[in-house]
Formats: sequence, structure tokens, C-alpha cells
Amino acid sequence: MSVPPTPNWSALREDFPILQQQVHGKPLVYFDNAATSQKPRSVIRSLVHYYEHDNANVHRGIHELSNRSTGAFEAARARTAKFINAGSADEIIFTRGTTESINLVANTWGTKNLKAGDVILLTELEHHSNLVPWQMLAQRTGAKLAYVPVTGDEGLLDLSQLDALLTPQVKLFAMVHISNSMGTVNPVAEMCARARARGITTLVDGAQSAGHLPVDVAAIGCDFFAFSGHKICGPTGIGVLWGRPEVLDGMPPWQGGGEMILSVGYHHTDYKHAPHRFEAGTPDISGPIGLHAAMDYLDAIGRENIWRHDQDLAAYTYEQLAALDNIRLFGPKSGRAGLVSFLLKDVHAHDVVTLADQAGVALRGGHHCTQPLMHKLGVESTARASFYFYNTRAEVDRCVEVVREIQKFFGG
Amino acid sequence: MFEDLNDLYQQVILDHCKKPRNFREMPQCSCTAQGRNPLCGDQLQLFLAMEGDTVRDASFVGSGCCISKASASLLTEYARGKTRAEIETMFSQVHEMIKTGKVIGDVGKLAVFAGVYKYPARVKCAILSWHALMSALKGDQQPVSTESEQN
Ligand SMILES: Cc1ncc(COP(=O)(O)O)c(C=O)c1O
Repeated sequence: MSVPPTPNWSALREDFPILQQQVHGKPLVYFDNAATSQKPRSVIRSLVHYYEHDNANVHRGIHELSNRSTGAFEAARARTAKFINAGSADEIIFTRGTTESINLVANTWGTKNLKAGDVILLTELEHHSNLVPWQMLAQRTGAKLAYVPVTGDEGLLDLSQLDALLTPQVKLFAMVHISNSMGTVNPVAEMCARARARGITTLVDGAQSAGHLPVDVAAIGCDFFAFSGHKICGPTGIGVLWGRPEVLDGMPPWQGGGEMILSVGYHHTDYKHAPHRFEAGTPDISGPIGLHAAMDYLDAIGRENIWRHDQDLAAYTYEQLAALDNIRLFGPKSGRAGLVSFLLKDVHAHDVVTLADQAGVALRGGHHCTQPLMHKLGVESTARASFYFYNTRAEVDRCVEVVREIQKFFGG
Repeated sequence: MFEDLNDLYQQVILDHCKKPRNFREMPQCSCTAQGRNPLCGDQLQLFLAMEGDTVRDASFVGSGCCISKASASLLTEYARGKTRAEIETMFSQVHEMIKTGKVIGDVGKLAVFAGVYKYPARVKCAILSWHALMSALKGDQQPVSTESEQN
């Protein structure tokens, strides 16, 4: 696939009505993209168009509107397959988001394949959504959890220990692609290859990667890949689970209901194949339609371009913040994804965020749903600036100026 | 740059967050309780030494933002010499004030928290230590959280 030419970044900002506003009397600087991205007009319009013209339930009707909505719903599935280079649309399961995708795997694949004494290998970087479902599964089955350690503030995994950790007891290795609190980009293809060589099933949490860099599940070589629509310019409420077809075929259903059945008797039901087996009930229909528009939008820009822009902003921010006194920076010194986590000496992250907000700069402060990692690093929380392609160096300058003022406010 | 924030970060609050009073453990306490704010992972532990129904000494340890630290610090100062009943009355006054900005009766120095209601995300920070105080007086074993507070 050819890479689109370098876009006119500031023109793209015009596609986002929400960015054209003032907050507390100051121009909005939206740096909370790792939590959720903003939505371009084309995505918003796709939702309005669907509800104004095509709304009907899917896979049930014979009438025209139902045909249209079913067509749009399934077209979104095919588009999603292309977005991550999946082999076919049948490998794409629509969920509510990354969290639900991972819970689906834990509850179906996990319940079927794990037993007491087995090990689920995770990394110490994981978001709660790639940690708590496995803890729950471990409690149910008697399996144990093990972790690939993080080396320190740089947020890098100590992969020299990986081979030793991939014991014969390990049945699943689940890992985050890009850490939402550190900005670490994990070498997931290499990690999956090492696990696969030992017959271990792998899951990649792509919540922070799918919309930011080109994703090719075949090249990664994982068995499952999960991501959320709302972090990649799509609506909230829609997410994706990709599964390798051989693995999906062997998985029992999770929720039971309409849509997922071939035939139902009072005492026995035959289920459809993937993906419909895993999509009980009326799904979110507008979600995939909005997601389709979002994927079209992103790929017109080119995720190679987005990735370069992200990395440029992150490196620039890191450099600017590192020049300040009394600041502790987290995440890799080079090659980081589009976010920077930091702590000011003697100023709590919440206070940083409240003050920044007053200056129109939207940051996130807290544990970022990575509480065990925060504890390991000996902190409760960090402040985080996270970027997307519509952010600019001028906004970074503004943010750094604000951080400097915050230091003054609490220093004086 | 932050003039508008003076109603939140009043001088008294800044002073107490930088130099929290009664910031120590109390091994011989009569009762103690933990408060947690699940949103940010902040936690504090509050200690009380009771003499009958009266608080003789109060202290706290833990980590948190400026607002939650200052709130705990001012609370330990306030609680000394107060009876259980006085504290319960003050809790409802302070709770109302932090959530709505309405000051009912005489809340003394604690009036510095009257501006917090304008910052809904920070209400939980200001109220955390008060929940811990009530929990300590009740002798609860479980840590209290600010979950039940609506933003
Ligand atoms: C790395 C990572 N994994 C998982 C999630 C969970 O995503 P969602 O809340 O959309 O299910 C997030 C987002 O918060 C994330 O950053």
C-alpha cells in the first residue's frame, strides 16, 4: 500500500468542530487523546446519515431499510479487516471496546483452555483491562499470573527474561502494544514469535496503537488483537476483537441470545460460526458505521504519517519538559509513542491537571488504569499529555509554558 | 495565569498542603481509618486519640493532592477537643459546603473549602479525609472510598 503524501496538518484541524473552542476563556489544547480521541465531521455525519436514512435492525428484516443497515454493518466489518490486514471479515468480532474484547477472550477461550497450574503471562505495563479479566479467569480456573518486568522509569520491558518466563505452563501471553501511561512501544512481533515457537496463544492490546501506526495482524503474528473505536476517531461503544480463524473456531460462545444461533429448541441450540457466534442480541449498529468512516478518514491521512507526527510531538515535548528543573519524566528516552507522562516535584498530578485546565490545556492526571505499574515505580499518579495528528508544536509550547507557570504557582 | 483559581487554592490551603499539620502516625491511637480515592489512587490514614467522647489528638499520613492534604491537615486541627456530636454536625455542614458552596453556620477556618464546589472533579479530594474521620469514629474496619460521592 502506498503512503499518502505528508498531509497539511493544520487544515485537518478544521475537520474537528470541537477543537474550535475556548475553555475557561483560553483556546482549547486537547492533550487527552490516549483517553479518547476527538471525532472528525465525516464520522459525525455518518452517524447522522445512518439515523436519518437507513436505521433498522440488522440480519433480521427483509425490508429495504434492514437491507441497507445490514449492508452498512457488514461493510464496516470488511473495512475493519482491511484496516488491520486480517484475512477475512469473518475474523472481526464487534464488541463495546478493548475491555470487552479482552473479557470475551478470557471468558470463552480462557474458560475452555485454562486449568489449575497453567500460567497466564502478562507484562507489568498492562492497563487494568488487560489485567483484571485475567485475574478473574485465574481465580475461576486456578491458573496463575506471571509478569514480564519493567525496568524502571523508562517503562521498557526486560525482554532478556522473556525466554525464561515462557515456561511449558504458560498457555497465554497477553501484552500491550503501546503503553498508555509510559508511551513504550513494545516489539510485539518479536514477543509473539517467541511465544508462538512454544505453542503459546498470544493477545495484543492495541488500544493505543490501532489508530496511530499501521497495524498488520499477520505481521505481528498474534492470535488475538483488540482495540477501541473511540480512540481512533470513531464513536464510543464500538470496539473490535480480531481472532485467528483456527482459534475462533474452537471457542464456545459467551453471551447467548438472538443473532448468534442457527436453530434453537427448548433444550438445545446450534450456534453460528464466528463472528456472529460472539455477537448475541441487537448490536451497536451505528458504531461500526461511524468506525468505518473513521478508518477511511485515518487511512486517507496515512497512519505512517500519523505515526511520524505523533513521534515528533512526543520527542519535542519530552525535550522541552526535560529542560525544566524538578520534573520526573516517564517512558523511553527515544522511540516513544505520542504521549509524555511526568511528575513535578512536590506538586500532585491532580493539581497540575486542574491548573492546566484553567489555562485551556486538557491533560490527564491519575494512575491511568495502570495502578500496579504506578506502585512499582513508587508513585500514585502522573500527569500525562497525549497527542493525535491534529495537535501542533505550538500547542506543546503552550503546554510547557503552562507547566512552568504551575511550578511557579506552587513554588512561591 | 491562574488568578481564577484563587478561590480553590486559597493561601490557607496552599500553606497546609505544603506544610501539613499533624502529619504523623499515632501508634497509640484509639481508632484509625483509611480513606481511598479510587479515581486517583490517593489514600490517607487518619488516627484519633479519644478521651471518652472527645477527640484529644488527631493526625494523618498518606499521599494526595494539595486539596486532599490541606483538607486532612485542617481537619486534624479542627477535630482536637471536639466531641463526637460536634464532629457529626460539622461533617454535614462541611459536606454541604463542599458540594454546594453554601456555608451553614460557623465552620471557622474550614470555610476556605467553600470554593471547591465549582470544581466538581475536586469535590472528592476535599471530602476524603472527612469520610475517613467519620469512619474512624464509627470504628469501621473497611477502608472508606469516595465512590459514593457524585461528581
Ligand atoms: C492500553 C489500553 N488498553 C485498554 C484500554 C481500554 O479501552 P476501553 O476503555 O476503550 O475498553 C485502554 C484505554 O483506556 C488503553 O489505553
